[in-house]
Amino acid sequence: MIWFRKKKKDNKKEERSQSKEAARGLLIFAHPTTVISVEELLRDEGYNIRVVSPPPTYRTGCDLSVEIPLESEAAIVELLHDVGLEPMDVVPITSEGMEPLQFVRVKDFGKYLMVRAANMKMTVDKETKIIVNISGGGCPDVPYLATSMIGQRLRDAPDPAEVGFSLCAYSLNTAREEIIKLIGD
Amino acid sequence: MLLLAGSVPVDKLPLHMGPIRISDDAVEIGDARLEINRGNEAMMTAACHACDYMGLDAPVGLVAGDIGKREGSEAIYHYLIENLPQMNVDVLTMHYVMPDINLNKQVMASVDKMAKRPILIADAGSMYVAKAGGIATKYDVFTPDLGELAFLADEKADHPAFTRGSIFHMEDNVVELIKRAYETGNAPATMFVKGSVDYICHNGEIVATIDSPSVETMEPIGGTGDLITGMISGLIYAGKDPVEACILAGRANRRAGELANPTPATQISEILKFLPQALKEIVEASE
Repeated sequence: MIWFRKKKKDNKKEERSQSKEAARGLLIFAHPTTVISVEELLRDEGYNIRVVSPPPTYRTGCDLSVEIPLESEAAIVELLHDVGLEPMDVVPITSEGMEPLQFVRVKDFGKYLMVRAANMKMTVDKETKIIVNISGGGCPDVPYLATSMIGQRLRDAPDPAEVGFSLCAYSLNTAREEIIKLIGD
Repeated sequence: MLLLAGSVPVDKLPLHMGPIRISDDAVEIGDARLEINRGNEAMMTAACHACDYMGLDAPVGLVAGDIGKREGSEAIYHYLIENLPQMNVDVLTMHYVMPDINLNKQVMASVDKMAKRPILIADAGSMYVAKAGGIATKYDVFTPDLGELAFLADEKADHPAFTRGSIFHMEDNVVELIKRAYETGNAPATMFVKGSVDYICHNGEIVATIDSPSVETMEPIGGTGDLITGMISGLIYAGKDPVEACILAGRANRRAGELANPTPATQISEILKFLPQALKEIVEASE
């Protein structure tokens, strides 16, 4: 009897959860860094969104998607179409997506400041604001981004969100934004 | 054969395969000349130094250009899928590639068809995709840094960017993260964990630690981990067992850093110049 009551309670919880999930959908994109632009745009427009991992059927090992309120799907897709950021697909939520890590670690080397986000580290000369090293990461755009950004001042360096394609580029952008917050660009 | 596979940051560079030749500022494979950079070029140069010092033939490189658009990585995956069963590879190191769980599993299926199974080493994107695909235990050696170790320890994450905050914050407890990575089946037999203290692990146990010389300014330098992976590859190809290769590579990497006396702005090419001397000193001292 106790077991039966417990099960009944769990069912209600599950129904609430399913109802909540049914009100949300996922925009699927080809590259994780497209999601950065979409995230900025939709937040600026006032939409309640989350950046999360896509459902298992869409996962390759390096992907991001955007969770949106389904009642706004038509308006959001039209907005994205207008700016050339159309999603590959829009799917209902079937499982809880994981959010990318936003925590950072900061290490002060005196003349230099290093910030690490997830597996990516960026080091900058505090005085000149020039990027002197990029370390960590494992996706192919990381060496390309390192070559493009090292030696450039923060404000002049290519934006990893624009020239990168991977989750490593997403994390590198998180590190870059934190450095700019700390010392300016 | 020691086969080193991975992408290089040259857009649209077609697939190249052949013995790796090194000079002061580049690696060459066939007609492709690749400037020394963090990533595969640094890893390949370190492996060449290790093979040269141990009196072995040069490693063979399998590279294609990829700046994140996947084409180069896919070319590498497909080459391995189609050709590995006919190849005589003793050690296969896979490094920077765009993670693709499905293609990587096909590569492993081709490995299973080889007459003699090679020793498998993975770092960077190749390590991420192995873990994300749930096949880490099919490999022999991983070389994670602390951020990547937290990813291996988080059974729910399929990329380091998705490591849960609660586990990311456990990085001060490296021993616990190593334990979790093994317990969840997300670590191969041997693991080299790179950090202020390097941990060499085997079958779930920490079998060695390396903490000196301590060159703190090595941490920001992109490519120091690539040197370790390259040296481990060359030393295993020379017949060292994976744990011994990890210990020698870790010590040689720190000695090269000490000789280079770097700042956080030093580039990996400056450390690489001291690698032959460092390897010689460390290997001789171990004999």
